[in-house]
Amino acid sequence: MKEADGTTLRFDRVAKTYPDGTEALREISFELAAGEFVTVVGPSGCGKSTLLRLASGLLDETAGAVHVDRARLGYVFQDPTLLPWRTVQKNVELLAELHGIEKVARHRIASEAIDLVALNGFEEHHPKRLSGGMMMRVSLARALTLDPNVFLFDEPFGALDEITRARLNDEVLGLFMSQGFAALFITHNIYEAIYMSTRVLVMSARPGRIIAEFEIPFGYPRDQDLRFQPGFAEIGSRVSEALIRAYE
Amino acid sequence: MSTEPLETMEAATLISEESQAILLPHAKAKAGRPRVLAWLGLFAAPALVLAGVVAIWYLLSWRYLPIILGRDATPEFLRNIILPYPHDVVQVAFLDSTNLGDLLSGLLLDVRLSFTGLAISITIGVLTAVAMSQARWVERSFYPYAVFLQTVPILALVPLIGLFLGFGFSARLIVVVIISLFPIITNTLFGLKSAEQGLHDLFTLHTTSRWVRLRKLMLPTSMPAMFTGFQISAGLSVIGAIVGDFFFGRGQKGLGNLIDIYSNRLRPAELWGAVLFSTALGLFAFIFFGWLRTRLTGHWHESASRGE
Repeated sequence: MKEADGTTLRFDRVAKTYPDGTEALREISFELAAGEFVTVVGPSGCGKSTLLRLASGLLDETAGAVHVDRARLGYVFQDPTLLPWRTVQKNVELLAELHGIEKVARHRIASEAIDLVALNGFEEHHPKRLSGGMMMRVSLARALTLDPNVFLFDEPFGALDEITRARLNDEVLGLFMSQGFAALFITHNIYEAIYMSTRVLVMSARPGRIIAEFEIPFGYPRDQDLRFQPGFAEIGSRVSEALIRAYE
Repeated sequence: MSTEPLETMEAATLISEESQAILLPHAKAKAGRPRVLAWLGLFAAPALVLAGVVAIWYLLSWRYLPIILGRDATPEFLRNIILPYPHDVVQVAFLDSTNLGDLLSGLLLDVRLSFTGLAISITIGVLTAVAMSQARWVERSFYPYAVFLQTVPILALVPLIGLFLGFGFSARLIVVVIISLFPIITNTLFGLKSAEQGLHDLFTLHTTSRWVRLRKLMLPTSMPAMFTGFQISAGLSVIGAIVGDFFFGRGQKGLGNLIDIYSNRLRPAELWGAVLFSTALGLFAFIFFGWLRTRLTGHWHESASRGE
């Protein structure tokens, strides 16, 4: 549900302890307003992915509450998670198919999404003939078919080389501006975090808590030159310091 | 947005680079290695091995077999009871119409036996694996007995099978099924379980139906492994048919019965003919399922496209 104040996703004192006793998250509270791009950085194993699994309902919280409209939730995983026996077109159609949208309509929806990630001409390719970057874009297109108002990204570009990652960052920002979703993005790359976001949250080592929050003062659209601006370096060092503290 | 044209442009250059990276190695491979050469490589190498084997066979039956066996016998004697010349095998087993008729009708029986048995094994095996993949308790309850099928010496079951089913076709069929069932269950089950966690999460987010998950995710994922199981079992089903012939000889004679008869009557040429026929049948079944797997999964599965 989109709440009156424009909040699309709200964590209210959420905690998660796994059945084996591992305490993954403690007292997590934050809001994601419409039009916001919030990125969470933190040490590996701090429960960043758990955060998204709670948001999507793949996991249930142990305490507190998660408020979100799950009918329009986009989720991009660490891996492209494509079905290798399906073509690009059929992979992008998958979610619409699972939601019972009929053939003609889902073909059209998928074609539009393929347009959005500029994969035209590759509709009939199978994933094994695509590069890592292209597979990730198929994955993006698939999530776009449900016209999400909240988009969850779980370290989606961690496995890609620097140049491809930068290009995909720009593509996601392009979609963020044109499609108007709110985004919750997970990464351990500080520069990616600042470059993408309106706000950066820093999490501590396990049990994960939010220990710092930074407003990113740059407007959109952004381009890669931003990374070399003095202001960017300055906020980068502040986030970096917070992240170093997060390990302690 | 003012930058949209720019971004589209960037995306366009991105595609052309990436598509080049995809298309070029493919194009190179095609230009650098013409079809004819590939075909030669495919057939020439095995043909060379075959020629080598036949040559060694000739050498052995000509004069070296007694030396190798350490027997004090003349080559002629051993040619008559163990290893005739290859051309004698062809002459006696395949060009003599009575012998060829016996071998062909034996082959036909074993074809029927192994294919029927394999079809039964595939049906039972795939259904069992699917049931096991759907509930832990099914797997826990039945898997030990599937292992039992694999480990029980068929010889130990012969009297029991004979008592229950007699000594004809259905007894032989049960032997084929017992021998060929296990690899189908294990390989299919392994395949069904091998879908990555991320894909399972994706399905969990977007459907609640077990049936949809099974049909659209787990079954297609299992195909390469499943067909590997079929392939292994196809070879085993032929072995099962021959072994079944041995133990349950009543009624029509299969290749196994002929092997028994020929060896008792010291007719090595016919014996080798029967051995070659049964090997050829197993080989055919193995190749057929390998081909079918590549045919069905080669366009998307990494290893399948390389073929067998």
